[in-house]
Amino acid sequence: MTTTTPPVLRPPSPPGPIRWLKKNLFSSWYNALLTIAATVFLFFLLRGLLRWVLFQANWEPVANSLKLFAVGQYPLAELWRIGVMLLVVSFLFGLSWRVWGGTMGTFALAVAAGLGLLALLPIGLDKLPLTARLWLLANPLLTGGGFLVGRFIRRPRWVLLGWGLSFVLLIVLLSGIPGASWLPRVESSLWGGLLLTFLLAIVGIVASFPFGVLLALGRRSSLPVLKVFCALFIELVRGVLLVTILFMFSIVLPLFLPEQVRIDRVVRAMLAMTVFASAYMAENVRGGLQAIPRGQVEAAKALGLSGFHVTLLIVLPQALRMVIPTIVGQFIALFMDTTLAYIVGLTELLTIGRAVLQSRKEWLLLDMEVFVFIAALFWVFTYAMSYASRRLEKALGVGQR
Amino acid sequence: MVDTPNTEPLEAEAMIVCRDVHKWFDDFHVLRGVSLTVNRREVVVVCGPSGSGKSTLIRTINRLEEHQRGQIIVDGIELTHDIRNIEAIRREVGMVFQQFNLFPHLTALQNIALAPLWARKWPKARAEEVATQLLERVGIPEQAHKYPGQLSGGQQQRVAIARALAMQPKIMLFDEPTSALDPEMIKEVLDVMRELALSGMTMIVVTHEMGFAREAADRIVFFAEGNIVEENTPAEFFAHPCEERTKLFLSQILMH
Repeated sequence: MTTTTPPVLRPPSPPGPIRWLKKNLFSSWYNALLTIAATVFLFFLLRGLLRWVLFQANWEPVANSLKLFAVGQYPLAELWRIGVMLLVVSFLFGLSWRVWGGTMGTFALAVAAGLGLLALLPIGLDKLPLTARLWLLANPLLTGGGFLVGRFIRRPRWVLLGWGLSFVLLIVLLSGIPGASWLPRVESSLWGGLLLTFLLAIVGIVASFPFGVLLALGRRSSLPVLKVFCALFIELVRGVLLVTILFMFSIVLPLFLPEQVRIDRVVRAMLAMTVFASAYMAENVRGGLQAIPRGQVEAAKALGLSGFHVTLLIVLPQALRMVIPTIVGQFIALFMDTTLAYIVGLTELLTIGRAVLQSRKEWLLLDMEVFVFIAALFWVFTYAMSYASRRLEKALGVGQR
Repeated sequence: MVDTPNTEPLEAEAMIVCRDVHKWFDDFHVLRGVSLTVNRREVVVVCGPSGSGKSTLIRTINRLEEHQRGQIIVDGIELTHDIRNIEAIRREVGMVFQQFNLFPHLTALQNIALAPLWARKWPKARAEEVATQLLERVGIPEQAHKYPGQLSGGQQQRVAIARALAMQPKIMLFDEPTSALDPEMIKEVLDVMRELALSGMTMIVVTHEMGFAREAADRIVFFAEGNIVEENTPAEFFAHPCEERTKLFLSQILMH
């Protein structure tokens, strides 16, 4: 005679926040003590911080120089181009939100909210004129518009193309067309602030990734010339300072070029950052490549796939998934390293900060405010990158498959 | 079509010819003048003690290992340093590994459809249709959209067999396919292999599963110390082994 035992039910997890607090923060006397000490510490810290930010700090240098921080010395009359680009970007974010959802939505909303809040900033109209505020307010509207229009997009590839084209548009708009009276040239030496930081960082990041992958593959290749060249390049670039490479591209490169060929200063800095980052990227990717078990390659080859297909379809997808945290760390470091561009005469965000401090006698002592502001700006964007990378890892199933 | 029973007369056409094959790993002489012929539709089981070189032998057939002396001719194509020969041979020879070696970032269906899609340039719909049929053939159509990490060992190995079959190979090589599986799963994989053998596939199977050898093999090859010691039909092999070495091996392996 067989009897089936009734299924044993799992005891219910402790419900409610009170039980959670009891279990995690106050489980024993020393835990409770630590909790209280930490809470007191955090309370005083936050109170002091908020008090300083809201009441004691003199935000004058920041409030008065918003335009400088944003775009450097870009001529006031041509700021509409930046305005247009922001609108295009907001629209694209709206489209991307509709097409891809998830993380894109978070970013779209963050950008819309950020620009919207900026428009409503409680500072004088002289520092942030009404027209500028209206331009800024139009952005959340365009994000919403993009979201609605996104319904009709059938292939995500078009949105990617849109992003690519928007970058081209950015360069064309920013630099202007020589000879056109409606879009006069704006010298790149006038580009500055957050605009320049973004430009250098985005180009550096986007360009160094494929180059890094190619270098890593080249270093592992069986062709001796390619292998040696890649290894030499990587070791050479990794062994010198970014400052040195910036100098090399800014000062030494023009000496080797013929008289007529003049490469723009900003482009030279972009080249330097790309070259620098590619070498580090290559080693990160190589680490991932080495971690792929040999059996994967053997199985792929046994199926009759060519070496190129094995690398593209089997090895790289697995290797790149593995090194996402490292690569994103690299990107974040590159974003911070754009501050070194001042050495070659470019006025990126940090340089503007220092210039603002020195522009008026009474602001010289307000460095705390300016640097906290710049630090907060950097933090916002690097956290955004971190967040995006975590979501990407989740979407790709890293660590689960 | 490989999935209909064999109704054509047996042709003694040599699919794989190994002549005096030698291989060294550094100084270690692992294959010592192996000569073996496998005909179309034959199922050859290679057995022998560990380290005898049997896995190395089948790995040289699809150039996962390189032989230093001797000739290997697969379906009329000689295996040389020419990469075109090698790739042509690899398209006709499927391999199933002890460790499965499925691609973890792709679903079962994608694993199977990958090679025909890229190596034979089939359209996606056709590749996926064939992949679905193969999954049915190995008995796990419902696992199509699962990742290898979500499958049991037996299911993974069956997906691996389906993946190798997707390229419609003329020859299938099995390198100890059930050695990493527990007893319950061994049966499901051996069933698939038996069906494959019955359908007329040319197979070389390196295995310790003597039950499978007895039932499905046309010939058993006993391998030891880098060369073939004895080969015979299963009946003769188990009943009347000739060499001392064979008798020793059989006495150890048949004790279980």
